[in-house]
Amino acid sequence: MNSILIAVIVLGGIGITAAFMLYACSKKFAVFEDPRIGQVSEILPGANCGGCGFPGCSGMASALVKESEKGSIDGLSCPVGGQETMSKIADLLGIAVANGEPKVAVVRCNGTCEYRPLIAEYGGLRTCSAMHACGAGETACGYGCLGCGDCVSVCQFDAIHLNPMTGLPEVDEEKCTACGACTKACPRSIIELRKKGPKGRRVFVSCVNKDKGAVSMKACKVSCIGCGKCEKECPFGAITVESNCSYIDSDKCRLCRKCVSICPTKAIQAVNFPAPKPVDPKAEERKEALS
Amino acid sequence: MKIRTFRIGGIHPEENKLTHEAATAIASLPKRAIFPLSQHIGAPAKPVVEKGDKVKVGTLIAEAGGFVSAPIYSSVSGTVFKIDTAIDATGYRKPAIIIDVEGDEWEEGIDRTDKIETTAEHPELTPETIIDSIKNAGITGMGGAGFPTFIKLCPPPSAKAECVIINAVECEPYITADYRLMMEKPDQILIGLELLMMAAKVKVGYIGIETNKPTAIDLLTKKCKEKFDGSIYSVEVVPLKQRYPQGGEKQLVDAVINRQVPAPPAIPVNVGAIVQNVGTAYAVYEAVMKHKPLFERYTTVTGKKLQHPSNFLVRMGTPMQDLIEACGGMPEGDNKLLAGGPMMGKALTTTEVPICKGTNSVTILSGDDARRKEPEPCIRCAKCVGVCPMGLEPYLLAKVSEARNWERAEQEDIVSCIECGSCQFTCPAHRPLLDNIRQGKSTVMGIIRNRAAKK
Repeated sequence: MNSILIAVIVLGGIGITAAFMLYACSKKFAVFEDPRIGQVSEILPGANCGGCGFPGCSGMASALVKESEKGSIDGLSCPVGGQETMSKIADLLGIAVANGEPKVAVVRCNGTCEYRPLIAEYGGLRTCSAMHACGAGETACGYGCLGCGDCVSVCQFDAIHLNPMTGLPEVDEEKCTACGACTKACPRSIIELRKKGPKGRRVFVSCVNKDKGAVSMKACKVSCIGCGKCEKECPFGAITVESNCSYIDSDKCRLCRKCVSICPTKAIQAVNFPAPKPVDPKAEERKEALS
Repeated sequence: MKIRTFRIGGIHPEENKLTHEAATAIASLPKRAIFPLSQHIGAPAKPVVEKGDKVKVGTLIAEAGGFVSAPIYSSVSGTVFKIDTAIDATGYRKPAIIIDVEGDEWEEGIDRTDKIETTAEHPELTPETIIDSIKNAGITGMGGAGFPTFIKLCPPPSAKAECVIINAVECEPYITADYRLMMEKPDQILIGLELLMMAAKVKVGYIGIETNKPTAIDLLTKKCKEKFDGSIYSVEVVPLKQRYPQGGEKQLVDAVINRQVPAPPAIPVNVGAIVQNVGTAYAVYEAVMKHKPLFERYTTVTGKKLQHPSNFLVRMGTPMQDLIEACGGMPEGDNKLLAGGPMMGKALTTTEVPICKGTNSVTILSGDDARRKEPEPCIRCAKCVGVCPMGLEPYLLAKVSEARNWERAEQEDIVSCIECGSCQFTCPAHRPLLDNIRQGKSTVMGIIRNRAAKK
């Protein structure tokens, strides 16, 4: 009986002492963590994709809270959660958020097997980065898609796939979160994050070839030859031609598609537009009669 | 006498020196010569001619674009057709000067006679004037890498040169350009070596030659005795056991003077050696004694299926196509065109690529040789570890590079890899070891550079 009592007293004593010590330590060495960091983390999608540029969502959360104390979180955005998540976070932190338009990855190469003939066979390691380091690749175009799928393997969201018919990657707009992993993985910087556009409609130059027209035409029939017709045609000044390659500024583009019809090599693409209405022959006649 | 070699690793691929006894032919002039502006390591050269300018053989067409750079001279006479882009040995279109060839008119001042000029006849030569001539002649390493030669001769203050080692190893299969040069121009090479020794202010020289070239060893040993016996210089011809990659600078230093070059950024001069290719020694002779800038070189055009594999003295800027035609044309069937030999060479997709300062050979592998074998799973035989001349673990480097574990790759010394390809050559499972290691190495080097830039 006595021994039980001793044990209870000793253990109880140790327990009480330890409890006091722990309590004292937790007060003395307490680290203050902003409770908002935890709350922001909960709003973030938790994919830890790194698309925002921070190591995981918790890193992003602390950066957001830190920036919010300075008054603005405009430079930061979660590509996965998008606008919705960002405005929720802004509400929580009690500041306004700039309206960023949703973006999507766009593959700027249309050099399919049909348009861009193979001139050699590559026998080495089948990754784009290895092939890029070896030379121009299997076609004569030193700027175009190499078709080994480095972009596919880095995509966390299963949003980009190689089309075996064309040999080019295709982006699934529903799944793409514009995290930008593919744009970094592509050794030739073909993939660009562009504005999704109203109803997903957008116009872009599907080529990044900087060779002179004659050279790029020889390598690929649908390359941009830098002729500048689109630049002249564009009523909004959205198109610039630099080192033999045209680029459409998606901020200025009003989706009129005049450039699409004038491009001699069909390098400019318009996506998600409704198919053109069949021309009514009678209407044409009437027009002619009027003029 | 014990025949020396480097201490670890190495392989002995089939030699296939098809053109050993083929005396060097002078290649005919091209119709149009292409001069890429980046034929060397460092900044690309800057053009000093314009479209329509008339040039002669030996006219400066592009000046050095920085400290680590080299000028480029025209190898032909004619008119500048345009300054545009052309596919070079990297496989990409790069800026180049393209010249339409008309006749063969040389710049005055270039001594075209066969007379051998010795240093005794030119007491005015000092280390500074020699280095200046080398720099102005646009000489870069003729063995392939293309590092500007004059920089090697001016070591950093932390290092002191003790000897000049002439790299006449030619351990790469197929290539015989250096061997032919040694057989045809031995006196000039030795004067070139003497000039290099004067420039580097050293008294000791070595010429490393593999034992598969006994006639060259005999000839140069004899010539060395005649020339250097009783002089202030001591020059020794060192026969070396055939082993690839003996021509690698670090391996050669180990084989010849038994010293190990530490891991990068150390270079051979940190252990007292300046390594120069035998072709470079010849180019130095021509530049200093004959006032002839670098615009010609010895090049082997070879391949088992090629009708007449040959050695050429070729003007730079000549498209490979011209040389291949002179050898009987491209063989039928599948071919792999390489700038360089089968081990270190760079595969090309077009024969339009011109011969540049570093093109020691054009190799055409045909049929089965042209293709790689299907890779199979690693069988953990560790052969790659055994043959690595740098003492690395290629299987591991390849693995961590594949997994993009750059930190581990750096820890495992991936930057020490000399990309000789011995591991991939020896791998019984035909794994793409070097392909992966190269990827890892370039990424890790980028990371290291960024880190240094931030500091």
